[in-house]
Amino acid sequence: MKTLILLIITTSLVNNVVLSQFLGLCPFLGVSKKTSTAAGMGGAVIFVITIASAATSLINTFILEKLNVTFLQTIVFILVIATLVQLVEMFLKKSSPALYNSLGVFLPLITTNCAVLGTALTNVQNSYGVLESTIAGLGTAVGFFISIVIMAGVREKIEYNDVSESFKGSPIVLITAGLMAIAFYGFASLSF
Amino acid sequence: MTKNIERLFNGIIKENPTFVLMLGMCPTLAVTSSASNGLGMGLTTTAVLIMSNFVISAMRNIIPTKVRIPAFIVIVATLVTMVQLLLQAYIPALNDSLGIYIPLIVVNCIILGRAESYASKNGPINSIFDGIGMGLGFTLGLTSIGIFRELIGNGAIFGHTISFIADYKIGIFTAAPGAFFVLAALTALQNKFKAPCATNKPGKSEIACGGNCGSCSGDTCKGNKDLIEAEQIAAQAEKVRLAKEAAAAKAKAKAEAEAKAAAEAEANK
Repeated sequence: MKTLILLIITTSLVNNVVLSQFLGLCPFLGVSKKTSTAAGMGGAVIFVITIASAATSLINTFILEKLNVTFLQTIVFILVIATLVQLVEMFLKKSSPALYNSLGVFLPLITTNCAVLGTALTNVQNSYGVLESTIAGLGTAVGFFISIVIMAGVREKIEYNDVSESFKGSPIVLITAGLMAIAFYGFASLSF
Repeated sequence: MTKNIERLFNGIIKENPTFVLMLGMCPTLAVTSSASNGLGMGLTTTAVLIMSNFVISAMRNIIPTKVRIPAFIVIVATLVTMVQLLLQAYIPALNDSLGIYIPLIVVNCIILGRAESYASKNGPINSIFDGIGMGLGFTLGLTSIGIFRELIGNGAIFGHTISFIADYKIGIFTAAPGAFFVLAALTALQNKFKAPCATNKPGKSEIACGGNCGSCSGDTCKGNKDLIEAEQIAAQAEKVRLAKEAAAAKAKAKAEAEAKAAAEAEANK
């Protein structure tokens, strides 16, 4: 139990997926204008990464390793993730329209999000089991959620600030991201 | 031949993937902590890009349009796996320092972007040159950002320490936050000099983001989807109308021909 809690803290804060691994930057910079949309995106990412980590880990343990074809990981994982996102979208549309309306728009955007594939591959590299992979996926996604929501909150405030002409738009967003990265850098000194 | 040289120029300067198109930001920020990492990543991506452009262009008439994106992804993933195995065997040091970012070349938008916008429409030779141009442009971008970060953060270039700068090095520039600051400074300079770049291009098309996916947000995305769907419905209606008109014209022509034949028959009688 203790190791699993530590795993969540490590993946969500210490090795934050956006601010220290640079994965999933596109939605982080693109969908962070409003807190509500950012939270929607974050929710969708939590949903997808957790399921995708579990699925890829199951496939890796019970199919790829059994058949000794682990070199197919990249190909199999990307296809599994793409199919899974489609399935989740169809399932949500049918079974829970309310959830679909809040997350549905973001689901197709997530297929090509490198954070999903990145998490699946990191789990394999660290040779996590199925349970550990799922928890690590959840932690990573929660880290994404935290950073994108904070970012959106800061950006809503920046709207009212007097930013110099050249720094308007993406430069000031990147500076904000850099300052947040410094803050998260502090977690690196946590040692368990 | 001039077209091939134009492709090289286009990739390296006019549509440089890092500085102008702003594609592939994840590897750009993640691996440029030193110049040699940036160069290694750039050349690896170039190799994949050349091969994927060639294969996709050669197969463009066999792949059905409806399943082209999954087909492209499978081709790119295969090539990336090949390159990764080669790196593990022959340049293990580079493989270790780039780590997870090598398999992640699969989801690099430059590669799918070129496949979709160039290789699937042009011949194999031109596509190879397009791949070389774009790849070298990406390598140039990554290496120059890498040199800049290594010089400020470590006082060195390609691992060679420059003593008078090394005394004043700012360590954070080789760490994660430095990557964001360097990119912020770069985009700010582009804004200042109004350089052609994805972040300061005015949207030309009807679509709200101007086709610029970098600045597209969730709700813009939804709006665009509605716009595109409306356009498609309008196009469909137009098509149906044209088809109806054509059918009417055909029927008219047929009736006329029949009337004429009948008249001729009458005259012959």
